[in-house]
Amino acid sequence: MTAHVTRTIEVDPLARVEGEGALYIKLAGERVSDVKLRIFEPPRLFEAFLRGRHCSEAPDITARICGICPVAYQMSALQAVERALGLRIDPAIRQLRRLLYCGEWIESHALHVYLLHAPDFLGAQDVVALAREHRAVVERALRLKRIGNDLMTLIGGREIHPISPVIGGFTRVPGVAALREMVPALEWALEAARETVRFTAGLSFPDFDQDYEFVALRHPEEYPVNEGRLVSNRGLDIDAAEFEDHFVEQHVKHSNALHSVIRGRGSYLVGPLARFNLNFDRLPEVARAAALEVGLKPPILNPFKSIVVRAVETVFACAEALRLIAEYQPPPAPRVEAPDRAGVGQAITEAPRGILYHRYALDDRGLILAARIVPPTAQNQKRIEDDLREYAARFATWPEEEATWKCEQAIRNYDPCISCATHFLRLTIER
Amino acid sequence: MSSEPRKPRIGVFKFASCDGCQLTLLDAEDELLSIAEAVEIAYFPEASRAIGKGPYDLGLVEGSITTHVDAQRIQEVRRQCRALVTLGACASAGGIQALRNWKDVDEFVRVVYANPQFINTLKLSTPIAEHVPVDFELRGCPVNKGQLLEFVTATLAGRTPNLPSHAVCLECKRRGVVCLPVSRGIPCLGPVTQAGCGALCPRYDRGCFGCHGPMESANPTALTVQLRSLGQSSEQLARAYRGFNAWAWQFRKASEECERK
Repeated sequence: MTAHVTRTIEVDPLARVEGEGALYIKLAGERVSDVKLRIFEPPRLFEAFLRGRHCSEAPDITARICGICPVAYQMSALQAVERALGLRIDPAIRQLRRLLYCGEWIESHALHVYLLHAPDFLGAQDVVALAREHRAVVERALRLKRIGNDLMTLIGGREIHPISPVIGGFTRVPGVAALREMVPALEWALEAARETVRFTAGLSFPDFDQDYEFVALRHPEEYPVNEGRLVSNRGLDIDAAEFEDHFVEQHVKHSNALHSVIRGRGSYLVGPLARFNLNFDRLPEVARAAALEVGLKPPILNPFKSIVVRAVETVFACAEALRLIAEYQPPPAPRVEAPDRAGVGQAITEAPRGILYHRYALDDRGLILAARIVPPTAQNQKRIEDDLREYAARFATWPEEEATWKCEQAIRNYDPCISCATHFLRLTIER
Repeated sequence: MSSEPRKPRIGVFKFASCDGCQLTLLDAEDELLSIAEAVEIAYFPEASRAIGKGPYDLGLVEGSITTHVDAQRIQEVRRQCRALVTLGACASAGGIQALRNWKDVDEFVRVVYANPQFINTLKLSTPIAEHVPVDFELRGCPVNKGQLLEFVTATLAGRTPNLPSHAVCLECKRRGVVCLPVSRGIPCLGPVTQAGCGALCPRYDRGCFGCHGPMESANPTALTVQLRSLGQSSEQLARAYRGFNAWAWQFRKASEECERK
């Protein structure tokens, strides 16, 4: 009687995620008795070695937490330090940072939608296998991804670990003509992104609506990227400076990983689904139309549909990039001076996979006394395990290989970046 | 009728790192599909569920060694790879996480983790070459895409890759970039840093900060004197050498000299 046998599903290593992790699920009959998303990415101890470094180094150093979303780290670090220093940033710099971030959203979303997640829906091991049957789709994906990278390279110098963003602005800003040269490519990308919405909406999704607390930034006018208050669908509405009053790390018995929870409530979800559900009215018309065309409107409660939402956000990022380029006027100076002073500053920005919190305390020479970084994957980790506890039970009687693949797909709904999470998640070695 | 020659098998392995160097492979958007046709990408967990067992003709290794488990794993990876190449500053020099090497790692762990007893980490973050023989080191934080493609193409063609070993300075001269320290007093590690980035930072009005690590014949002691004359303090200079390639011996020595003064 297989239904009453205890069996386990183990995936080691977990593929098509950024970083090294493994999954462990224990099934007792058709009941899930244990779920562990195990992180064996080695700890790199960033918060410790940031102490004593100058605040101007924080953006470059923390970018090295994640090669997939370095701009997110740079933007959260820059803005937290600028807040500590009490700097006022030129509006043109602000717009250029948003444009740079759009490049990262396009690149990261194209990577995840097509190269990491779509193969699950289409039964392919990877993008190379996918290309054998869907060559045109993969070529579109790679070109779209490349345009995101090109935008980052133009502004930031290179796509992985850009070099131009600094405290107070940029070392150098692009001229109007150089940015305008990107317009035809971005117009193509906008169309490709709309096509991506149709393509992803045509995939098949399991029925799996869950009851989530969605957490994302919200800005008075814009779809959130770099700024806004932190809000949720259950009444949260705070400034970045209040983050640590509302979010705590919890040590859960079944796992040795630190879980981020909202004080008094529990797990929550950050990332595309949260942004879309809380900010649908802030999307530009073209992105809203692309969503509505395929019947996508908030609230989306099925995490598997995050792939469609990522596509809609790619439409947003392309359209927003075009708008920002059309309105671009170079700032009077690439950067404002940033004199050293003591202070504490926090910032939250929207990395492609969700909110990224930084806090720095500085002494009067601008040296870092303390740093705190809470990456999106650490925040989603408990939610991923909660999803799996629900979802894995459906496959209790399935053959090993198919059941395993289904569970992996459910993890990849979150585009988990384990490299990011690890300096914060607890690593365990069982003996 | 399979008279086609066997495709070279490639494995991509990750240790302590940010994933940026292996992402560079996926960022080769224009070349990715043709590379995948020319070789068998047998093991690349960031990109594929398929796990092809060794041995591999070429192993690309990202990341530094920071745990006991990884110190053992790199031995096994070495045994499985005919040629082993390190990708980037972590694998070639220990990475930014090598900043622990000057500090008390137990104190570091207590700062970051609430239950330090769960953390099993080594006192030092070390490059791959301190553990196993390495056939070639690709530098950079991250590796340069052009250099990575040149390396892969040359290896497939059986020729020596054309990768420069001179200083970033020469790249500025070649590109006609005006010297930042000389003309504007901006501190720059270009004279001691290996080329490969195309003088990226100077082209963006920023002094080189040493992503590609020290060139072999680097003379940081002389550079330190020059940078002091631009007003850099010992503390600032020690931090400058102590970046992503801090544990590379030339930079290590330079930073320790600065600390002593």
